[in-house]
Amino acid sequence: MAEWINTLLQGVLLGGLYALFAAGLSLSFGVMRMINIAHGDMIVFAGYAAIFTAEHLGLPPALTLLLVAPALAVLGYLAQRLVFNRTLGDDVLRPLLLTFGLSIVIQNALQEMFSADVRGLDIGPLATANFQLGGEVAIGVLPLLVMATAVATLAALQWLFRQTRAGRAFRATSDDAGTAQLMGVNRQHVYALAMAIASAVVAVAGVFLVMRTTISPSDGPARLLYSFEAVIIGGLGSLWGTLLGGTILGVAQAVGAKLNPGWGVLSGHLAFLLVLMFRPQGLMPKTRDR
Amino acid sequence: MKRLLETRSLTAGYGDFQALYGIDFHVDDGEAVAIIGANGAGKTTFLRTLAGQLRATGGQLRFADENIAAWPGHRMAEAGIALVPEGRRLFPSLSVEENLLMGAYTRRPGPWTLASVFELFPVLCEFRRRPATELSGGQQQMVAMGRALMSNPRLLLCDEISLGLAPLVVREIYRTLSQIRGKGLSVVLVEQDIGQAMKAADRVVCFQEGRVSLEGAPGTLSREQISQAYFGV
Amino acid sequence: MKRELPLSAAATVTRASPLSIAAAVVALLLVLAAASMPAWAERSQLRMATEFLCLLTIAQMWNLLAGYGGLLSVGQQAFVGLGAYSLVVFGLQGGLNAFVVVPIAGVVGLVGAALLAPLAFRLRGAHFAVGTWVMAEVLRIVIANLPFVSGGSGVSVAPTVRGMDIATRDAVSLWLALVLGAGSMAAVYALLRSRWGLALVAVRDSERASQSLGIEGRRLKWLVYVAAAGGCAMAGALIFATKLRVSPDSAFSLEWTTTAFFIVVIGGIGSLEGPLLGAVLYFALREWLSDLGSTYMIVLGSLTVAVMLSGGGGVWGLVNRRGWFDLFPTRRRVRGASAGDD
Repeated sequence: MAEWINTLLQGVLLGGLYALFAAGLSLSFGVMRMINIAHGDMIVFAGYAAIFTAEHLGLPPALTLLLVAPALAVLGYLAQRLVFNRTLGDDVLRPLLLTFGLSIVIQNALQEMFSADVRGLDIGPLATANFQLGGEVAIGVLPLLVMATAVATLAALQWLFRQTRAGRAFRATSDDAGTAQLMGVNRQHVYALAMAIASAVVAVAGVFLVMRTTISPSDGPARLLYSFEAVIIGGLGSLWGTLLGGTILGVAQAVGAKLNPGWGVLSGHLAFLLVLMFRPQGLMPKTRDR
Repeated sequence: MKRLLETRSLTAGYGDFQALYGIDFHVDDGEAVAIIGANGAGKTTFLRTLAGQLRATGGQLRFADENIAAWPGHRMAEAGIALVPEGRRLFPSLSVEENLLMGAYTRRPGPWTLASVFELFPVLCEFRRRPATELSGGQQQMVAMGRALMSNPRLLLCDEISLGLAPLVVREIYRTLSQIRGKGLSVVLVEQDIGQAMKAADRVVCFQEGRVSLEGAPGTLSREQISQAYFGV
Repeated sequence: MKRELPLSAAATVTRASPLSIAAAVVALLLVLAAASMPAWAERSQLRMATEFLCLLTIAQMWNLLAGYGGLLSVGQQAFVGLGAYSLVVFGLQGGLNAFVVVPIAGVVGLVGAALLAPLAFRLRGAHFAVGTWVMAEVLRIVIANLPFVSGGSGVSVAPTVRGMDIATRDAVSLWLALVLGAGSMAAVYALLRSRWGLALVAVRDSERASQSLGIEGRRLKWLVYVAAAGGCAMAGALIFATKLRVSPDSAFSLEWTTTAFFIVVIGGIGSLEGPLLGAVLYFALREWLSDLGSTYMIVLGSLTVAVMLSGGGGVWGLVNRRGWFDLFPTRRRVRGASAGDD
């Protein structure tokens, strides 16, 4: 019994990581209506960047974030402003094809730089520390930390969108970029800014990823799939929906893996397909259909 | 009378399709100019070009003594040009209040604030938290105008603000417009309702197939003249 | 002021041009030349030609979906895999000859797509892309866990070609591949020249138009999706009939889609000539850069990014910007009195 409770708890907390993965995707889709196929690879890239700065600059793991997040934000801003913005328009296919190509480039570039060995970030005792909750039930400190970060991040994003001038501009641009321009909103800049914020969130996700587990250059696509599944299960346009979606995905994977080691990821996929079949708009949808 | 806006031989279009063939037009400080013309004559295209949504393909465009033809679209609001677009185009995801606040994005100083807009349109204050697109047509038109005012413009461009509204509502809107003008705003009105246009404007300009076909003060133009200029018969 | 529209006295609508007729003749000659390869070519050349034609088939199917149907699928590997496993089920277990299984694989692909379509078509655009990907992954994992088809680490399908000597095997592979490659191009060409083809392009170019077309538009997309699946499945069965070993990871590998993506995008999406050109470029680059490992993929990926930034038409798009070189003309031209500008 305790085993099942543990599994559930692990699943929920895994959901926190998935929500972090998905938050960046949710943001960029919400503002630019663009799904970045290289999203998962950017998470992996951030992870490698964290490992690199930890090893070569001797920074403690938590501090790598202070370097990686701003760096990735700048990269994201430039990528959106100089490259992605050129493909946005009526043709939905162009940004997808471009980011698909980019995904391949990133994966293979990482392969060239770090070879195919798995790497991880050494965080010492934090990796296995846990809180005992009585009986044989325990939750890991790190997973709990990740979940807390996910909740905090989503709350911050929600506040940004609802209460700030920039957030209003994001929503207005997402609704009607042409009219937003009438009000003085520079669409190029707004998109780039949204990508910068999304990239910063991706950086956080990447750093936590390599704290929790080891990575290899080709791990990107799977992370994209989980992010996407979390967003769809939770419902488009809802940040809290993304948290819910991530949690459901995490639980599905954890339960599946418990039943049979080979079924973990499959259970997640099946949960996604089930939602698609019976409630395609997701569990907490916000956006209208365009 | 200072010249606020001036165009000379302005041309504009959509890709291969040319919509404006050399427009000479001007607005002086404090003036209200009405643009009339049949559908497809280029009136909306002209306003959109003035507001920066469309890039002029030729000719001159000067605002407050500056050449703005080559400016990026989003700078027009900063300069003091505001457009109330055809069809209102409110932001569906935003509430009434948030739509109005979007108007103030450039933070231009001036008399128009959330409070003064609510004073002008009291009914909006009641519905401030509602999604803007839930309001009636007339109320949405008020939001659209309020939103344009919030940028404290020097030149207000209004594209068919009477479209789809009951006559009573239209009269109310135009009454508010003259109140707004009282604060020193210059206005360009595109109107299908010729009667309303003539009443509200100091000067009337008629477009026909992308060109100016007639211009003059409302009192001086005869019915035949207008008919001819409008339809080209 | 008003422009008079000229009365077109003798305007006709034509499609062919001298160039396209010449191209048709050349194409026929090439096909015949390819068919004769078993008589004069070396084994390695035969195998490369077979691989070329199979990849061309998959690419044309992917192009049909994305370039003409507006459906970006990142899950075509599902059907390649189904084709490969048809080989296991009907060939290895059912005792049929590998080449006989190829058309059966096509049917399996059609059925599979028909079953997946209701789910897939709940999604659009980017979501369709990732959704089809997830479905392919599900298939991969499910089959990997099915001992019934010897999932897991894979199985050899050599027994399906028992009784055929190597020369015959290579020849039949090539001819089948030729049927698939040339056939897929001919089928797509025929589709585009038909009334359906016109509707398809209209639907692709405007989502709103597609909505107004309603049921017609959706049925069209369904048809395209299912047909493309059949083509991919047959190509998959044939490919693995030459590889002689089927494993879930290789059968359902994302690389099938990635390769099709490279071929179509670099060559020129949304045209028939593009994927053909792209396949040639792909093979040339592969030979040329084969020693460079990951760098080769970086080059390909960067090329697709460059193509997308430069208008999206690929190499063929650059060459044929005005449509002068349409080898497979699908555009209708008006010829006759004062046709104005085109």
